[in-house]
Amino acid sequence: MTRKQRRGILIGTCLTVLAVAAGLVLFAMRDSIVFFYSPSEVSAMGIAPGTRFRLGGLVETGSVVRGEGTTVRFAITDRAKTVPVTFTGVLPDLFREGQGVVAEGILEADGGFRADHVLAKHDETYMPPEVAEKLKAQGMWRGDAGAKLAPDRGN
Amino acid sequence: MIAETGHYALILALAVAIVQTVLPLLGARMRDPQLAAVAVPAAQMQFVLVAIAFIALTTAYVTSDFSVENVWRNSHSAKPLIYKISGVWGNHEGSMVLWVLILALFGASVAIYGVNLPRQLKANVLAVQGSIAAAFLLFIITASNPFVRLDPAPFDGEGLNPVLQDPALAFHPPFLYAGYVGFSMAFSFAIAALIDGRIDAAWARWVRPWTLAAWMCLTLGVAMGSWWAYYELGWGGFWFWDPVENASFMPWLAGTALLHSALVMEKRDALKVWTILLAIVTFSLSLMGTFLVRSGVLTSVHAFAVDPARGIFILAIMSVFIGGSLALFAWRAPLLGQGGLFAPISREGALVLNNLLLTTACAAVFVGTLYPLALEALTGDKISVGAPFFNLTFTPLIVPLLIAVPFGPLLAWKRGDLVAAAQRLMAAAAVAIGVAMLLLAVHHRGPWLAPFGVGLGLWLILGAVSEIAYRVKLTEAAPAEIWRRLRNLPRAAYGSALAHAGVGLTVIGIVATTAWRSEAIVALKPGNTAEIAGYELTFKGVAPNQGPNYRERIGVFAVTRNGRAITELLPSKREFTVEKSDTTEAGIHASWRGDLYAVLGDSLNDGAYSVRLYFNPLVRLIWLGALVMFAGGAVSLSDRRLRVGAPMRGRTKAAAVAAGE
Repeated sequence: MTRKQRRGILIGTCLTVLAVAAGLVLFAMRDSIVFFYSPSEVSAMGIAPGTRFRLGGLVETGSVVRGEGTTVRFAITDRAKTVPVTFTGVLPDLFREGQGVVAEGILEADGGFRADHVLAKHDETYMPPEVAEKLKAQGMWRGDAGAKLAPDRGN
Repeated sequence: MIAETGHYALILALAVAIVQTVLPLLGARMRDPQLAAVAVPAAQMQFVLVAIAFIALTTAYVTSDFSVENVWRNSHSAKPLIYKISGVWGNHEGSMVLWVLILALFGASVAIYGVNLPRQLKANVLAVQGSIAAAFLLFIITASNPFVRLDPAPFDGEGLNPVLQDPALAFHPPFLYAGYVGFSMAFSFAIAALIDGRIDAAWARWVRPWTLAAWMCLTLGVAMGSWWAYYELGWGGFWFWDPVENASFMPWLAGTALLHSALVMEKRDALKVWTILLAIVTFSLSLMGTFLVRSGVLTSVHAFAVDPARGIFILAIMSVFIGGSLALFAWRAPLLGQGGLFAPISREGALVLNNLLLTTACAAVFVGTLYPLALEALTGDKISVGAPFFNLTFTPLIVPLLIAVPFGPLLAWKRGDLVAAAQRLMAAAAVAIGVAMLLLAVHHRGPWLAPFGVGLGLWLILGAVSEIAYRVKLTEAAPAEIWRRLRNLPRAAYGSALAHAGVGLTVIGIVATTAWRSEAIVALKPGNTAEIAGYELTFKGVAPNQGPNYRERIGVFAVTRNGRAITELLPSKREFTVEKSDTTEAGIHASWRGDLYAVLGDSLNDGAYSVRLYFNPLVRLIWLGALVMFAGGAVSLSDRRLRVGAPMRGRTKAAAVAAGE
C-alpha cells in the first residue's frame, strides 16, 4: 500500500467519523434542547400546549398546596404573570415560597404547567441567574445573587 | 500575622514565577547554561512559597480566624475539623491557591527528578510552567485574594455550604485539580518542544508518566464527583451531563486520547504533530474547565462565584495560553516532520481510531456544553442542553470505540493481522454475546439494547483477559512456562489490561443502572409498607437527632426481603442552622445485586411523608470500574521502563524495549 493510499484511508475515516458526529449533533439539537421562559414570556409568546421548556421565577407566596399523595401544586410568578404548576415527586430541599425556582416540564392545554423536574437553590441568597436577569429587566430585582444550585429531580 | 505571611509568600511566589519564566527562556535562547539552570531552584522556591501560603490559609481555617474574610465566609467554629480543612478549597479563592500549589508541586518535581532531562528542554519546560503559575498567581493576588482581613473581626463564621460538607467532596477537588494541573506538564513539554523545534521518542517517554499520573487523578476526581452526586443530591443518578461535570469530563476524554497517542510516539516515533496538538488541547480544556466553573457563567452546585471581573480575568489567561500555544503550534509544527509509516490495520492504526473517536466524542460534549452559552450571547435565547442530547451524540461515537478496544493490544505494530486478533478474541466474543442473548431472553423490562450494553462491558473485560492469556500462551505452554511469562510480562501490559477491564466494569454499571433501575414515589404514614424490586420497606416513623452543626430528622425504615429482615434504612433531612440550609441524606443499602436507595421527602398534611425509593442494579460497578482504571494506571506507572526520572535516551535501548514487546 502506498503512502498516498494510507493517507487516503486515514483522511477518509476521519471525514466519515466527523460527518457522522456532525449529523448526530444536528439531529440531537433539533429535539433535545429545552428553552427557558419566564411566566410573562409564556403568556406573551403563546406557546403551544405540549411544548417542553423550563419555567423560571419565584414560587408565589401562599400558592403551595400539597394534595393527594405526592402531587404538589404551586404557582411560579415573575410578579407580572403567574403560571400554575403541578409536580409529582419530592421537592428539592430548599424549595420555599417566595424564592427562586426553575421547573422543567410540559405546558398543558388548560394553561397549567406539568413539571417533571424542579430545580431550586441551595443557598439562602441564591436565585437562578435567568430569573434574576428577567426580574432585573422588569425592575423587580431585589438583592444580590449568590450562586449555588443543585439539581434535584422528581419524576 | 499568619494571613499576612501567606499573602506575602504569594507575592514572592509571583516574583519567583516571573523569574522562572524569563531567565531560563533567555538562557535557552542564548545557550547560556547557567541562566537556564536558574529554572531549577526557582521552581523549588516557588513550591515552597506557595506551600507557605497554603499552610497559612489552612491554619487560619483550622484555628477559625474569622478576621480573615475568606474564613469568615466559608467556615464556622462548630464545623468538624475535616470540613474546616476541606473548606480551604471549598471556595473560590482557596481552591485557586490549591490549584497553584499543585502546579508548583508538578514544576518542582520536574526540577528535582528531571536530572537527566536535556538541559535546554528542561529550561523551556520549567519556563512554561512558570508562566502558567505567574498568570494564576497574578489572578489570585489581584482578583481573588484569600487573605483579605476584616475589621472588626466577626464573632463567628457563615459556614460552608452544607452539600459540600461531605467526605467524598472533601477530596474531590484535590484529585480533580491534580488531574487538570497534571496535564499542564504535557502542555509545557509540548510548548518546549515547539520552541526547540525538535521532538523525538524520548520526549514522549518523558511526557507519558506525567500524563498518566494526571489521568489517574482526574479519573478518580471525576468518579468521586459522580459518587458524591449519587448519594448526596438524593435523586439516585450518577451523572447529570451538567456543564460542570462536562467541564471535567472533556479533559478526561482528551487526556485519554493523549495517553494513547503518546504511546504511538514513544514506540514508533509517529503522530508527533498530533500528539503535540492533543497536549495543547487537553490542557486548554482543563483551563476551560477552570474558567467555566469559576466564572459563574454556568449555574451549578460547583459555581462558586458570580463575579464577571474574575471570569474576564480567567478568560484573558485562557485566551493568552490557548491562543498563544495554538499560534506557536501553527508556526513551528511543520518543523517537527513526518513520523514512521504504518498500515491502517496495525497497533498504530487502532490507536489512531481511538484518538479519532475520543476527540470526536469530546467535541460533541464540547458543542453541547458551550452551545447554550454561544446561543445566549448571539440571540439572547436561553436554552438548556440536557441528557438526551448527550445520550444521542456521545453514545454512538463511544460504542464503536469500546467494540474496538480489545483488538488494539492484539494487533502488532506497523502491520497487524485482524483475522488472527479476531480468532484470539473468539472466546470473549462468544461469552459476551451469549450473556447478552440470555439477558435479552430473561429481561422483558427495559430497552432491548441494554443486554447488548452489558455484553459490551463483558467484551471489554474478557478482551483484556484474552490479551493477557494470549501473551502468556495460556492455552499452549506448560504451567512453568506460563508462570515465567506471567512474571516477565511488563507491568505496563497488566496496567493497560486492567484499565480496559475497568472501562468494561463502568460500562456494565452504567447500562444496568440506567436500563433496569426501579423507582417509586410514595406517600407513607408510620406503619405503612412500600415495595420495590422485591424489597418491602416498612416506615417506622421519624426520629429527631442532633449532629455537630446540624439538626436532622431521620426516617426509619425496616427492610425485609421475602419475609427475611435485611437491614434498616435511615434517610434523613438535615437542617444546618448556621448556613440556614437543608440537605437530604439518602439511606442506601448496598448488596451485590445493587443499591436500595431511599430519600425522605416533605411531611404531607395528613401526617404522611413523601418518600422516594430507588433500586439501582449494579450501580457500584461504575465507581469500582473507575478504581480499577486508577489501579491500572498505577500498575503501569510502576513499570520500571516508565519510571519518572529514569527514561532512557538513545535509540538502542528504546528499540530494544520495543522489540521486547
